[in-house]
Formats: sequence, structure tokens, C-alpha cells
Amino acid sequence: MLNNSLTLENISKRFASRPGSTTQLQVLDNIQLDIAPGEFISIVGASGCGKSTLLRLILGLDEEYDGRILLNGKPIDGTGLERGIVFQDHRLFPWLNVEQNVAVALKNSPLSAKEKRDTVREHIELVGLQDFIDAYPHQISGGMAQRVAIARGLVNRPSVLLLDEPLGALDALTRARLQGELQNIWAKEKITMILVTHDVDEAVFLGDRVVVMQPNPGRIRRILDIDLPRPRNRSDSRFIALRDDVLSDFAELH
Amino acid sequence: MSSALAISHGSSRRYRGWVLPISAVALWWLASHMGWSQSGLLVSPEKVAATAWDQIASGKFWRAISASLARNLSGFFIGTTLGLVLGCLLGLSHYFERLVGPSFNTFKQISLFAWIPLISVWFGLGDVAKVVFLSLAALVPVVVNTCDGLRNVPPNLLEVARVYRFSRWQTIVGVMLPAALPSIFTGLYLALVYSWLATIGAEYLLVSGEGIGNTLIDGSEHFMMDLVLFGMVVIGLVGWSLNALARIFERRMQRLYGIDPR
Ligand SMILES: Nc1ncnc2c1ncn2[C@@H]1O[C@H](COP(=O)(O)OP(=O)(O)OP(=O)(O)O)[C@@H](O)[C@H]1O
Ligand SMILES: [Mg+2]
Repeated sequence: MLNNSLTLENISKRFASRPGSTTQLQVLDNIQLDIAPGEFISIVGASGCGKSTLLRLILGLDEEYDGRILLNGKPIDGTGLERGIVFQDHRLFPWLNVEQNVAVALKNSPLSAKEKRDTVREHIELVGLQDFIDAYPHQISGGMAQRVAIARGLVNRPSVLLLDEPLGALDALTRARLQGELQNIWAKEKITMILVTHDVDEAVFLGDRVVVMQPNPGRIRRILDIDLPRPRNRSDSRFIALRDDVLSDFAELH
Repeated sequence: MSSALAISHGSSRRYRGWVLPISAVALWWLASHMGWSQSGLLVSPEKVAATAWDQIASGKFWRAISASLARNLSGFFIGTTLGLVLGCLLGLSHYFERLVGPSFNTFKQISLFAWIPLISVWFGLGDVAKVVFLSLAALVPVVVNTCDGLRNVPPNLLEVARVYRFSRWQTIVGVMLPAALPSIFTGLYLALVYSWLATIGAEYLLVSGEGIGNTLIDGSEHFMMDLVLFGMVVIGLVGWSLNALARIFERRMQRLYGIDPR
């Protein structure tokens, strides 16, 4: 089993409110979270409450924060191939086609060239883009670009995968199918997944726990355990009750 | 109906560019034939055409144009090669930027033609001097645009490279250079245009040897306006062709990058 527990200890983050200015904007305030190996965490919260910022810290892209982030008990040091992400904006390289963009994730992987090619193809099929393997990012739609980004995030099988609203731009059908695929991969590979989403239904459907954040400054408002057997049934009364519970939190916030 | 309109509209637009030059030639022809000007300084279009034919048939034209183009291309290649190296160093190394950046920024403020006296003292008036001058003309836009392109790589894409643990070298080759390519190409394009302008300038100011600029000088020294006009037409056509060639490459590049070609 992968030993990929993640601990967030008293994470606080401030930004200079304007470049060069000394007044600071507190974006994250004392975030505490213990994430078990192979756990699926959903994070929901109003826009601007620091969800993307938190993911960047876990990823190691931004090292200026207070508190500690421990991976398997050791503080993280910059980025690492064991932590992957699907960014909120797809961030594909415009000069590479779909296949090459997915392969970017394997640039420094120990796989052989053939293994790389095969697994890249498999993941492109997984997101349903086998007919667009040679297309460039400007030739595909926003939702398709987001799917390429999902394939790129999955292809090197990180042990912790951060997902920043990865399914936001998709139609309902593709969205439901990819939720299923994410869940399959998560169940099979025991990857720790942290999913940021605005879709409460999705958060409850996928998460072992749902973390509700609130803004100004961004902090954890509540953590709900989703104790439902998988695969979950959206019309199950307990599912609906949990979903409404999370939604009522939002109603209070607004 | 509307598509037929669109087509006729499109083709009329295509020919619109010819209206002005054709009217100008017609007016010119009228002026020289109606005897509006008795001065020998206004020659007829036929005279220019005859001179053009004479230049081409006698081989003078070919010698002049090939001398000019050879100079233009050597200057372009030397200038852009040095420009790419310098631009990459400035764009990629903060140390080099601090060392050389301020000097280069001062250097590029000096008008190109202000170099002529210095160049003629150091290198004479021959081909070497001209190629040095041309290289300078090509160098500056390449350095500026290469360096700008490398500095302005979207930080989002650099973060992707960090996430996948690209080495410095992988980041340069796999992200920075491709992202900077459209800007680098703009530099090369400008270098091509400037170096042709500078070719004529160099031939005009560093007078010696053959070249299309020298054809112009010959014409004006001997009051042969037909020769002068012929030279001007050739310079314009070559400039236009170089421009068109560069445009084709630029379009292709932009299409690859998903930039709407204008
Ligand atoms: N680099 C930065 N410099 C200054 N402020 C920043 C920076 N990045 C984010 N912020 C601020 O931090 C706050 C949280 O931003 P963040 O992107 O984490 O929100 P979010 O929860 O992901 O929102 P959304 O749901 O809209 O994606 C915002 O107020 C934003 O203005
Ligand atoms: Mg966000």
C-alpha cells in the first residue's frame, strides 16, 4: 500500500494586498486537516475563500506560508512527482498536441518510451479524446482541454492528486462519466485525492469527507463524514440529506 | 445571394490595392506625353521600361541585384545568429542581464546610421564594412524580441514545468523557447525588413563596388531619372517579396500557436 498520508498543521497564508504594499490580505487562517492514505477529500466553499491557494501550498509551488505540510510525516520540500494536480485553468502547452501534452507529465518518469506511449494513449481514451490525439489546444473546446488536463494529471499516477474544479467546464453526461472514472481510479490505485468543486452533489458523491470552507479569511467551517457505501446513489434519502446539509451551510454564508 | 456578394466583395478588396499604383502610372504617362513638363527630369514610363530592359539584357541588373542580395543575406545571417545568442543569454541569465543589459540598452539607442563614420574608419568602404553595418541592423530587433519573449513566458506554464520536475534545461527547451518563439519570429521578421533597408543605406553611404543602391547613385549623378526610377522599383519589389516571404512563415507559426492570423 502507498504510504501517502498528508497532514496540514496550522496553515496560514497572507498575500500583500497590492504588489509592494505592506498591508496584507489574510487568505488562509489556521487550516488543520489530517488526510489518511487513500482518502478522498472534497473541498467546497465560496469563490475566493482560498481553495486554489491551499492546493498550491500542498503542491509546493508557493513556499511562503505559516504552519507545516507533512507528507508521510515529513515536511514537503518544493514540488514532487508524487504530488500531481489538475489546475483550475487547463494550462496545456499551446505548441503541443493532445498526445504530447499528456506526455509532459511523463517527461521525468522512469517508464520506457513504449510504456509511456501506451499509457498516454490509454488515458486519452479514458477521457474520451482518442479522435483528437493530434489536435492542438486551440482546436478543441474548453471542456475537451480540461479533459486533456485530467489525463495529464492522472497519467503519471501520483500518490496524492489535487483536483481544482476539474469537471467544471463539462456537460452533465461527460461529467457524470468522468466522476465514475475518477472514483474507479481512486478505488483501484489507492491514490489520495483532494477535489475542489463548486458542485455540492459532486462533493458528496465522491468524498469520504466534505470540507466546507468559509471566506475572509479562508478557514474550515465544518467537516462532514460521508458514511455511505459506494457506488453511491444520488436518489438515496441519506445522500440527499447530506447534500442538503452542506447546502444549508452555504445558505447561511450568503 | 449573400455568399455571392461576399465573394465579389472579397475579390474587389483584393484588387483595391492596385488602384493607386495604376492611376499613378496613368497620370505619369499623361503628364509626360501632354508635355506638361518640359524638364528632362520627368521621363516617360516607356523610357523607364526601355532602361529596365537594357539593364536586364546587358547583365548589369543581375550583377547589381546579386551583389546586394548576397550582402543582405550575409548581414542578416550574421546579425540574427549573434542576435539570437545575445538575446537568449540576456533573457535566460539574470547574471548576464545585469552585466550586459544596461550597456545593450544604451547601445540600441544609437541611431543605426550614426555608426557609419565609425564603421568606415574601421572597416573601409568595402563589403566588410557593409556587412558589419547590416549585421548591426539585423542584430538589434532580434536581441530585443528574443529577450522579451523569454522574459514573458506565462508563469502558469512555468508552474506546470515545476510540477513535473523539469530540469533547468528541460524548462528552457521544452517551455521557454517554444513559448517565446512567436516573439523571436517577430524579431527575425523585423531583422529581414531592416536589413534590406540597411543594404540600400549602406550602398548609398559607403559608396564603392556594385549593388542596386549604386545603380541609384549612378542614375542621380548622371541625371538619368529613368535609371533612378528603375532602381527604386526594384528596391520596392525586393522589399515587398522579403516581407511576403516572412509573412508566410509568420502565418504558419501563428496557426500552429492558435493565434488568429490577421
Ligand atoms: N498571487 C496572489 N496575490 C495576491 N492575492 C492573491 C494571489 N492569489 C490569490 N490571491 C487572493 O487570495 C484569495 C483566494 O484566492 P483563491 O484563488 O485561492 O480562491 P478560490 O477559493 O480558489 O476561488 P475560486 O473558487 O473562485 O477558484 C482571493 O481573494 C485572491 O484575490
Ligand atoms: Mg480556485
